[in-house]
Amino acid sequence: MSKLYSGAEIVFKCLEDQNVEFIFGYPGGAVLPIYDELKNFNSVKHILVRHEQGAGHAAEGYARSTGKPGVLLVTSGPGATNAVTALTDAYMDSVPLVCISGQVPTHLIGTDAFQEADTTGITRPCTKHNWLVKDIKDLEKTIHKAFEVATTGRPGPVLVDIPKDIQFLKTNYRKFKKQKKPNGKVHNRFSQKDIDEMIKLMSKSSKPIFYTGGGVINSGPKASEFLRQLVNMTGFPITTTLQGLGSYPGDDNQFLGMLGMHGSYEANNAMHDCDLMINIGARFDDRITGKIDEFSPKSKKIHIDIDPSSINKNVKVDLPIIGDVAEVINSTIKTIKKLKPDFTKSNKQKVSKWWEQIQKWRSVNSFNFVNSSETIKPQYAVQRLYELTKNKDTYITTEVGQHQMWAAQHYKFDKPNRWMTSGGLGTMGYGLPAAVGVQVAHPNKLVIDIAGEASVLMTMQEMSTAVQYSLPIKIFILNNEYMGMVRQWQELLHDKNYSESYTAALPDFVKLAEAYGCVGIRATSPEELDDKIIEMINTDRPVIFDCRVDKQENCFPMIPSGKPHNQMLLGPKDQKENKITGKGKTLV
Amino acid sequence: MVKSKSAYSIPGKQGKLDTHIIVVWVDNEAGVLARVVGLFSGRGYNIESLAVAEVDPKMNISRITIVTTGTPQVINQIKLQLKKLVPVHKVADFNREDKKVIFKEMALFKIVGNQSKKKKALNACKKYNAVILDKSNKSYVIQITALRREIDLMSKNLKKFGLVSVSRTGAVAMTRGSEIFK
Repeated sequence: MSKLYSGAEIVFKCLEDQNVEFIFGYPGGAVLPIYDELKNFNSVKHILVRHEQGAGHAAEGYARSTGKPGVLLVTSGPGATNAVTALTDAYMDSVPLVCISGQVPTHLIGTDAFQEADTTGITRPCTKHNWLVKDIKDLEKTIHKAFEVATTGRPGPVLVDIPKDIQFLKTNYRKFKKQKKPNGKVHNRFSQKDIDEMIKLMSKSSKPIFYTGGGVINSGPKASEFLRQLVNMTGFPITTTLQGLGSYPGDDNQFLGMLGMHGSYEANNAMHDCDLMINIGARFDDRITGKIDEFSPKSKKIHIDIDPSSINKNVKVDLPIIGDVAEVINSTIKTIKKLKPDFTKSNKQKVSKWWEQIQKWRSVNSFNFVNSSETIKPQYAVQRLYELTKNKDTYITTEVGQHQMWAAQHYKFDKPNRWMTSGGLGTMGYGLPAAVGVQVAHPNKLVIDIAGEASVLMTMQEMSTAVQYSLPIKIFILNNEYMGMVRQWQELLHDKNYSESYTAALPDFVKLAEAYGCVGIRATSPEELDDKIIEMINTDRPVIFDCRVDKQENCFPMIPSGKPHNQMLLGPKDQKENKITGKGKTLV
Repeated sequence: MVKSKSAYSIPGKQGKLDTHIIVVWVDNEAGVLARVVGLFSGRGYNIESLAVAEVDPKMNISRITIVTTGTPQVINQIKLQLKKLVPVHKVADFNREDKKVIFKEMALFKIVGNQSKKKKALNACKKYNAVILDKSNKSYVIQITALRREIDLMSKNLKKFGLVSVSRTGAVAMTRGSEIFK
């Protein structure tokens, strides 16, 4: 008879077979048997966080910077509920996570036992799928299935809830063999006919644009390479969503910058006026489309997505192509090479007028701002950070708010998996733990969380994690003492009634850094900024950088709510002439 | 103009609503109904009626029949979202007006009254395959199978004959002819 393994051992056998190197977690009563086994499995390293939400975001940072699933281990009840925000965040941004949670013993389920919560019930709407394992014989296949569901198709979080008695029970373990056809759900449903149709539309178009999103990044580094080839081949302009940054080099001439609510003037106007929109792995999110009735009214729309339910959800498209981005682009490139080897030449003439128009929009220089020699403008701080770190293959995470948009506008990415931000859910407090996860995966790389002082306080406790594991993350706080984005909306829409958006009694971030056992740096004027940033980069320990910036600065350009893409607010000057009127206010 | 403090856009024009019958074949496992129903409530879709039972004990398959209303776009989303659920095997969608599909609901009526009232009630039910399941001096329990709107009508009309209690199932559906939905 073969050796019998306990449920707790089987958890680690599965993790080993799935090549999991790191798990992020926090112990508690209902997962103690699993924690007890940790010492026997050296290939799996546990990172102890300070709050389960931190474990979730760290696992997200790990997953997004490596392309591998992130794993977290939490206890029952509060352990699991604390992880819910991170699971929801991962669900919205399609990040593969496997959450293993402890549960009270099966005989106590339903009795309101200590630290009992209906974890599968609570997490059902925020996971791709979840399981409560009530039979030890199901444990092995459930965990392997969990990894399969998390990583195939459109990635996302899953949860496996394991009652404590199951962790003790013993059974056989069969060596895991990867199945060929995972899930039984087919992901590539496109045919050559679709590709031919797309190329026909592309060669007919005189005002085309690529609109690409996080799907390109999720499809793997190959997809970004193919995308570069395709964009290069066609000579078409390209804009990416917030999550798509890095799939195409940010400093390339064909790149129009990010689009959407705080996207560039040229990207949004090109989206509005184009006659062909090629959406690759993006989802027509409401922060992208603006007013949906007036969204790109004159264009034919192609939508490439792995998730069939993304098609026609928000915007009706003319040609849906359901499949993995890398494979779709690859076969498009192959077909163009075969059928129209002179595509670039024949098309250059056709789109030259379009490029002239785009240059006009570009000359508006919409990310511009009025710099100051006295106070640090937040945009200037991000620009300097970019200039001083761009040759270091830097990984950037962010929190949520103005600083996030400034980072997206002014930090230019040329590789995928270098940019981790909470887009769909907009989770303040995401960036610091995410940076922990990124640094765990890439111990020798420079990892910076571009943060706001309000967001970062939500998960500040994870600095302690960074110190414990000597993770030299850099928390670059653009400190304006306001919840900046809230204040900006109050300024524009609520008659400057800054209700509760100012944080009085902020901590001294330098002393806070020292209290955590890391390094605190403060910059208060533009002339010292460069030196301080260099000091931060050269510090081989975790750093909290308190960058005191202009308190009143707003994030522009901006598509006011209820307006289409071609009616952007450009900046403080433009704002006076183009005020949001009564109607716009109600549409926000 | 009233100032709105909402942080999002106002809804556009609402399209025409159609009634559809969605049939879902699922693994009969714990929580599967909650997943399907949760998808509807979570995304703001409508459920008019619901019928669920295991249809293949060997394969462990249950068949869920949901009557719903929505714009064509919403109906399409419902199908696509359902297909993404892990325990879902296949999803069929029938327009209520589709002549190729049979829809049936069953209802139980309890009639309390004198002989003449009971008789009148039974007569009124005759064309809907009426079966008397239980009778006493004062009462009948009548079973009928019919379309939703017919049952709606009957539950209204029977009031005057002493209808005191109604119990009804959700609609179930099946295609006509030899074909089955794959």
